[in-house]
Amino acid sequence: MNKQTPLIEMKNIELAFGGVKAVNDVSVDLYPGEVVGVLGHNGAGKSTLIKVLSGAYKADAGEIFVNGEKATINNPRDARAYNIETIYQTLALADNLDAASNLFLGREIVNRYGMVDDDAMEAETRKIMQRLNPNFANFKSPVSALSGGQRQSVAITRAVYFNARILIMDEPTAALGPQETEMVSKLINQLKAEGIGIFLISHDIHDVMELCDRISVMKNGKLVGTEKVDDVTDDEILAMIILGKKPTKSK
Amino acid sequence: MKKAMRNVVGAVGIDLRLLGMIGALVLLWIVFDLSTGGRFMTPRNLFNLSVQTASVAVMSTGMVFVIVTRHIDLSVGALLGFIGMVMGTLQLNILPEYLGFGHWSIWMITAVVGLLLGTIIGAFQGWIIGYLTVPAFIVTLGGLLVWRGAAWWVTQGQTVAPLDSTFRMLGGGVEGTLGSQLSWLVGMVATIAAVVTIVLARRRKSNHGFNVKPLWAEYALGGIVTLLILGYVVIMNAYPLPKGAAKRYAEAQGIEYPADGLFISHGIAIPVIILLVVAIVMTVVAQKTRFGRYVFATGGNPDAAELSGINTRLLTVKVFALMGALTAIAAVIASARLGAVGNDLGVLDELRVIAAAVIGGTALSGGIGTIYGAIIGAVIMQSLQSGMAMVGVDAPLQSIVVGVVLVLAVFIDIVYRRRAGV
Ligand SMILES: Nc1ncnc2c1ncn2[C@@H]1O[C@H](COP(=O)(O)OP(=O)(O)O)[C@@H](O)[C@H]1O
Ligand SMILES: [Mg+2]
Repeated sequence: MNKQTPLIEMKNIELAFGGVKAVNDVSVDLYPGEVVGVLGHNGAGKSTLIKVLSGAYKADAGEIFVNGEKATINNPRDARAYNIETIYQTLALADNLDAASNLFLGREIVNRYGMVDDDAMEAETRKIMQRLNPNFANFKSPVSALSGGQRQSVAITRAVYFNARILIMDEPTAALGPQETEMVSKLINQLKAEGIGIFLISHDIHDVMELCDRISVMKNGKLVGTEKVDDVTDDEILAMIILGKKPTKSK
Repeated sequence: MKKAMRNVVGAVGIDLRLLGMIGALVLLWIVFDLSTGGRFMTPRNLFNLSVQTASVAVMSTGMVFVIVTRHIDLSVGALLGFIGMVMGTLQLNILPEYLGFGHWSIWMITAVVGLLLGTIIGAFQGWIIGYLTVPAFIVTLGGLLVWRGAAWWVTQGQTVAPLDSTFRMLGGGVEGTLGSQLSWLVGMVATIAAVVTIVLARRRKSNHGFNVKPLWAEYALGGIVTLLILGYVVIMNAYPLPKGAAKRYAEAQGIEYPADGLFISHGIAIPVIILLVVAIVMTVVAQKTRFGRYVFATGGNPDAAELSGINTRLLTVKVFALMGALTAIAAVIASARLGAVGNDLGVLDELRVIAAAVIGGTALSGGIGTIYGAIIGAVIMQSLQSGMAMVGVDAPLQSIVVGVVLVLAVFIDIVYRRRAGV
């Protein structure tokens, strides 16, 4: 395995909703320039696990290390301070605001009087959109007026704009057409080349086989196992997801 | 034709809803003017209308934030009554003991205490809503009962009167106006400020290389705004002081009072100036501050706001504290206007304020609303009431009409939004 210090280590994370243990003693890690796929059925606990990392939830037990140092992440602001950026499955957009306001939500550009500078934010948004999704043209309407794919680009842009070092993508291509999906794949490879670590949550095995270096499979809140993509077959991954069965043979 | 209209409107940058509200208001005024034989659109009535609107309009700007964040505040009327009682008692029964009767600082101390009280009570209610997660409807319904009861307690139900004479100027009585020259000055300053704002916004946009409106549209907008401001000044200056007040004014100025009377203008009323300042500040807060941005983001999607690192609980406290402060300002205006504080001060104001905000396009589902909309909503509400009273509509029928108009306005708004897809 890699000799470097991991960007992220989540150790023995537990989180219960009422009586349901959504995440039960799960440990995962992530290295610079690596894409780790998190797989599992609906309700396996993937979103809950990464929400602990993004500060949306506080774990009942377990520890998080960033660059080998113990990190305290109590809210989304803490996570952002560690350069952890997240694209949520729900996108987490304020539908009544335009693209720029969403992109900069919580981190608005202000002028020297402390007033929100909408024009500067729109200019920045246009610039980065030009790079990530040149087809995006609607900068004036509230994002509720945008298509699913356009909304997803806003969420992706927001995560990428602020120099993320750790990127969490929860089903980032769920609402995208083939062309836009292709763009996200390119983006992932580009970010990876820049040394950014990515947790990619997906249910599309092909996406995962193509983009990921390792996969961690969850089932019923528990970690089934973590494997290098090159060491396992599609069928073995499916067996992990469906049956919760670890691949026995080692190549 | 319709499309051409829409293009023109779009170019000027005024949304259709605003135009619709102004259209409804103008229609209302014309109907009332016709059915009162021209008594509605007189300087005198328009002066009274603007003074009567001020208190509810000030509160409605705060109610926009409350409703935008998906809350409601049913306590504002009762809180207004309570703050009014405290301020009245303070300036009549407490402060004169220490400072002497009629001391110059009494009005200021009273107003500041009222403002603090309103802010603290608002923040407290907001804390229960935000941190203890009791629904705003319940907390402020409780507040309605508590503060109305507390208001009675302050004086055991007695009316406090007469209020300090300087304080009363804040209510816009005969003395509480700017007079002709100051009104012109305010009008000029407001016009210049509006034009400068338009020019600066245009320059900023073109500096960023964005599309800007055609030049004629900017001129048209500037022209309309100038006309409205200066037109208002002209009308307010066309309303003369009554004989007695004019005589007193002449004496105070050392002018001989002529036998055939003297034309001294009222000018803009002080409560209208207060409303103007509140409107500008609240608009800037809504559009240009982080706090305002977070208010709207939280209303649009509370989870998204939370995930963006916004402390939505603290935001709730701030929103209700602001509502409390604005209620205190409204309490100053309302009590000063009457010159006395009775037990019924502010009764049913919560409904007027909510109706004004909602008629002005604030959506109860959250995330949508404007300050100017709420103020126009307040003017529409007050016009309806004054107009019907003037026409001689019975009080029960008046409330029936107001109720129907409220529901109708919201229905039209919903249909408009569905069509416009926003
Ligand atoms: N906010 C919540 N409150 C209660 N239960 C939740 C909440 N979020 C998720 N769960 C439950 O936790 C489990 C894991 O959900 P989730 O992490 O969303 O799964 P996945 O993302 O893998 O589909 C599910 O049983 C889900 O019903
Ligand atoms: Mg999920």
